[in-house]
Amino acid sequence: MKVTFPHMGFMHIPIKSLLEGLRREVVVPPPITEHTLALGIKHAPEFTCLPLKIGLGNYIEALQAGADTILMAGGWGPCRFGYYAQVQRDILQELGYDFQMVILEAPDSKVSQLIDQLKRLGENVSFLEAVQAIRFAWYKLAALEKAEEHYLYILPRTTEKDRAEQLWDQALLHIDQAQSRKIIDEFVSDAIGSWNRLEQHHEPVLRIGLVGEVYTVLEPYSNQYIARSLGRLNAEVTNSIRLTEWLNDHLFKGYLIKSRKPYITGCARPYLASSVGGHGLETVGTTVDFAHEGYDGVIQVGPLTCMPEIVAQTILIRVAKEEQIPCMTMYFDEHSGNAGIQTRLEAFTDMLRRRKAAPGNYRIFQQGGTNSAVFPRG
Amino acid sequence: MTQVGIPRGLFYFYQYPLWKTFFNDLGAEVITSSPTSRKTIDHGIENTVDECCLPIKVYFGHVSELIEKQPDYILAPRLISTEMRSYICPKFMGVPDMIRANWPDCPPLIDITVDCSRDTRQLWRDIYRVGGLFNGSKKSILAAYEHGLREMKRMRVWTRQGYSPLEAIELWEKHGEAAAESPDSDICVGVLGHGYSLYDPAISLQLTDKLRQMGCKVVFLESCLREHLEEEAARLPKKMFWTLGRKIVGSALVMDKSPEIDGIVYLACFGCGPDSMVGDIVARKVRHKPFMLVTIDEHSGEGGLVTRLEAFCDMLRRKKVQGFESDLSPYGFHAHSH
Repeated sequence: MKVTFPHMGFMHIPIKSLLEGLRREVVVPPPITEHTLALGIKHAPEFTCLPLKIGLGNYIEALQAGADTILMAGGWGPCRFGYYAQVQRDILQELGYDFQMVILEAPDSKVSQLIDQLKRLGENVSFLEAVQAIRFAWYKLAALEKAEEHYLYILPRTTEKDRAEQLWDQALLHIDQAQSRKIIDEFVSDAIGSWNRLEQHHEPVLRIGLVGEVYTVLEPYSNQYIARSLGRLNAEVTNSIRLTEWLNDHLFKGYLIKSRKPYITGCARPYLASSVGGHGLETVGTTVDFAHEGYDGVIQVGPLTCMPEIVAQTILIRVAKEEQIPCMTMYFDEHSGNAGIQTRLEAFTDMLRRRKAAPGNYRIFQQGGTNSAVFPRG
Repeated sequence: MTQVGIPRGLFYFYQYPLWKTFFNDLGAEVITSSPTSRKTIDHGIENTVDECCLPIKVYFGHVSELIEKQPDYILAPRLISTEMRSYICPKFMGVPDMIRANWPDCPPLIDITVDCSRDTRQLWRDIYRVGGLFNGSKKSILAAYEHGLREMKRMRVWTRQGYSPLEAIELWEKHGEAAAESPDSDICVGVLGHGYSLYDPAISLQLTDKLRQMGCKVVFLESCLREHLEEEAARLPKKMFWTLGRKIVGSALVMDKSPEIDGIVYLACFGCGPDSMVGDIVARKVRHKPFMLVTIDEHSGEGGLVTRLEAFCDMLRRKKVQGFESDLSPYGFHAHSH
């Protein structure tokens, strides 16, 4: 049994480590490229959202590389994601691939159910070994997030942007290969040391919160490397979503770390009183939170036609006005032209800079229902 | 007299008799917006973000019309789930918040939360809360709601006989006067889609009327027997968690087996999440009947739709007369469906 799974940011690193801990042979899908996306577009239903298409491309490339088992998460609506695996399986079967699909459904209440599901994936693995494998994978994930946080802090502040990015790519590679916690710690502190030694400039740095749909926030290919582009425009990006938090909330039901969810739900309450599936409620809540934290702006990202994000986008117009925080929404689909995105990011950061330099001269107002926050001179 | 406005969109096509009876019994007057027109659509487009699907835009157009009429309340339920472990659509769940975000000064919304995914406690709490707005006693609120449910069942008698929910609502309001004779038909087409798009003639570009004029008998999913439909829908490896999506898949499979049906047309909305998945699943599962998926948005060019429907009907007729035309698609994709 050779197991594969879809990409989502650097998630492949902890998952690979987990499955290897369960004594499974792993085929990590090749990194996402235009070819991956082209395969997905060719075979997926036309109007489905981007993560389904990229995921399908991942599977095809991994199956061609010898995988025979696909590991995928399930879900129970109302967002489309819960039905992804079903549609993807039908498509792959129709294409004639021979494989088995293992769908992990989130446990109704008990964590032991989840560990059982994972244990069944393993080969002759004891409960203790399964728990150890989970804990080591979790450690890698936490280390990656710590490194990423530092990288996102340094990138807008350094003049050696290429070097900072190289160091991040290197850190990913090293942590992927690390076999013990000690080595992971060493790599992380090495990387942080190297980042700190880079030359820094003294221009003002904007702080931008990145909110929106989970996959698009976490997978740089699907958001056209927005964090890098913004970092190169001297804007620091804070991801509203951390994989550790997300897994804790959705898979482990808040057992592992203290959940921020009640706080975020509270932030959203004056604007959105109910969950709307997917990540819509969190998008609104974290935007309010970023406004309270004094961020300069918020960018909402999602795949085109994402239902929860459309609800959130509608409500963000009011949030932007009442919390006085500039918001911009960007949807991504299979079109890959980067110039338009670059232009919008430059225009947005230019406006944020002007507003930051002379806060009194700018205000945010609502123009009809269709315009996101606009902020010319008030 | 207290006035309650009910927008003529989304859940209107499923639940209007229920809510109209409920509010009337509690002593309120019910007003609705006018049937969807180009003006409604334009108002909707002005008041929503571009990425919304057409039914939501149309709904916002109706809300904007009602706001001008200044009723005391506007009914905008938060429809989360109408049955156990199933959902409607994320956008329905945010409707009241989206309206408030867009019109901060709109009349008070009756944002009754319909969430039966676990139990009906929340629903009943909200029904009593809403009834309280009209000073109803607990007993009268219960009676009004039960009366509403009876009226909704009465409307569904008409839909089971093959009338569309829109026609059924008209019949229900006229207390069931006989409808005009339907024109002669020689072929029978099953028409599927989310009711709030399919049954609104302005959204569906009068798809059903067009088919009838072309000599088709039109069959809707509401006339399929519930048990058959659920039985077929249960064949999916994973239960579909959208109520409407599940019914569409189930009735598509029923129609696929029904000897009466000659072909199936699916009306999808651009940007509709469930349609993007359900449309594909239906296209894969329908094996014995010609199938066509029509996607619509706010563009109003009817010519393209007429051409496609005519071609589809011609093909069905030829197939019927010749009896030997294969189901092979000339462009080589999904040999059994498209």
